[in-house]
Amino acid sequence: MAHTLVEKILLAHCDVDDVRAGDVVTVRCDVVMANDVSGPVAFRAMEKMGATHVFDPSRVVMVADHFMPAKDVKSAELQGRLQRWSYEQGVTFYGQGRGGIEHTLLCEEGWIVPGAVIAGGDSHTCTYGALGAFGTGLGSTDIASCLALGSFWQAVPDTIQVELTGRTGAFVTGKDVILAVIGEIGVGGGTNAVLEFVGPGAEALSVDERLAVANMAVEAGSETGIFPADEKVERYLEGRARSPWSGERSDPDATFRQRLELDLSALEPLVAVPHLPGNVKTVSEAGPVSVDQVYIGNCANGTMTDLRQAASILGGRQVHPRTRAIVVPATQAIWREAAAEGLLDQFVEAGAIVSTPTCGACFGGSNGILAPGENAVTTTNRNFRGRMGSPEAGVYLANAWVAAAAAVAGELVHPETIT
Amino acid sequence: MTRVEGVALVVPGDDVDTDVMYPGAYLNVEDPAQMAQYLFEGFDPSLRERVVDGTILVVGANFGIGSSREHVPLAMQGSGIRGVVGRSFARIFYRNCVNLGLAIVACPAAADAARDGSRIAIDATGTVEVDGVEFDAPVSPRLVLELGAAGGLVEWTASRLAR
Repeated sequence: MAHTLVEKILLAHCDVDDVRAGDVVTVRCDVVMANDVSGPVAFRAMEKMGATHVFDPSRVVMVADHFMPAKDVKSAELQGRLQRWSYEQGVTFYGQGRGGIEHTLLCEEGWIVPGAVIAGGDSHTCTYGALGAFGTGLGSTDIASCLALGSFWQAVPDTIQVELTGRTGAFVTGKDVILAVIGEIGVGGGTNAVLEFVGPGAEALSVDERLAVANMAVEAGSETGIFPADEKVERYLEGRARSPWSGERSDPDATFRQRLELDLSALEPLVAVPHLPGNVKTVSEAGPVSVDQVYIGNCANGTMTDLRQAASILGGRQVHPRTRAIVVPATQAIWREAAAEGLLDQFVEAGAIVSTPTCGACFGGSNGILAPGENAVTTTNRNFRGRMGSPEAGVYLANAWVAAAAAVAGELVHPETIT
Repeated sequence: MTRVEGVALVVPGDDVDTDVMYPGAYLNVEDPAQMAQYLFEGFDPSLRERVVDGTILVVGANFGIGSSREHVPLAMQGSGIRGVVGRSFARIFYRNCVNLGLAIVACPAAADAARDGSRIAIDATGTVEVDGVEFDAPVSPRLVLELGAAGGLVEWTASRLAR
């Protein structure tokens, strides 16, 4: 029988003879991940379940990244609890100064390999599809059950196959690819489905750009966004992968709910305007907007690729006097690499601040909260009302070129206008 | 959970996200008993005052998009909300409710028929009653019914561990 890529991955992780979209199955996890927000709530549920230990400590990873470093006493308590629990259970723990933002970090640290199933206590666990894995976001009770049993219930999703053709032009990145798709199908268009990205345009995207694409699959309601693994993934995983893997693809005659085609050469820099990731316009259509803050970072757009793009605009220029700019490298390793390359110095010289890796203001936690009436241009993934602070603030989601250009111009502009 | 009865409270609009229902700034709260005070904080805090013990939320399409934060359904349960009837739901919110034993059903006709104060009954066998009028709802898959019958995923997992 013909199967989609995700059906093949799920079939290899459950005890049934075959799977079809809509079947509810019990899926084994290769990795279970949680953070300082979802972890402690899961530990409470686990205690109520009567579970005293995790199913396999070598498959469990905890990351302190949301309120990191602790913004207040409650946050400090959460991180302490996460750390103590991790040591008691003998699982891997990435704490302050030792890791970074969970999704970039787990890829970087080789936990994610093609064909793996990752249950994550964070909705952006879908990011792992960039490496051909089935990563999916779950709530804390689900995570508690995963920690205890090593499995979770899952309705086998449909697949929406997105064929990418052509090459992206100047100032167009993976961020624009996923914004275009969400703009097309809407914030509920991918519900009960995965987005699968194939074709020459998909193969042309770097791993960093694929992270940006897969990261926002959940913004279309999708369970995950997935790229079949190729040579680029193989190279990325060399010396990194913690387990053996083999790449699969969807069978050509598999059943797809929908097929979309997107010509990357026709894309312009895009922006999702307040207050939904599906409110997508070209930068030219969305402007002019006065910009109070620029935020470059998050679990998929604080990569070296993003930082280099930002530096190519901010380097040798100044952040506009009415604008604050925050750059958040996603992991400690990226921070160091960006420092060695001189990027961080360029940001600071331009008048931006460079933060330690953290989820920070992306989810309205700390480290750059917006006041009423303010507008921000960010490389993050959600612009819901109040997401980054005041419900009266506006968040515009864009790629790092556009965000950096907004920092220099003090307003939303096409990066090509920065001279 | 075979039958849940209560009084409707309409949450207007589609695509209501979990950030407005429970803003990120309060995710450092770990105790479910403390979460109820922040429910709907970024959407319409006055909704909190209209929630009673036995409220059933009536919602639009694609309700609960965004973050996986279980703080939202935990805060709902802590406020006395017993169920959610909607046109459709985002996946993680839906499964969080199932896992917590909070009755949740996608039934557009029932969601359209209900008004604030309507008497609602959700039956796990596949019906929703609104002021005595019965609407057919999709029957949940077997495993989901099993979770509901157990009282939620905590109880279901506990029984698996006890085996």
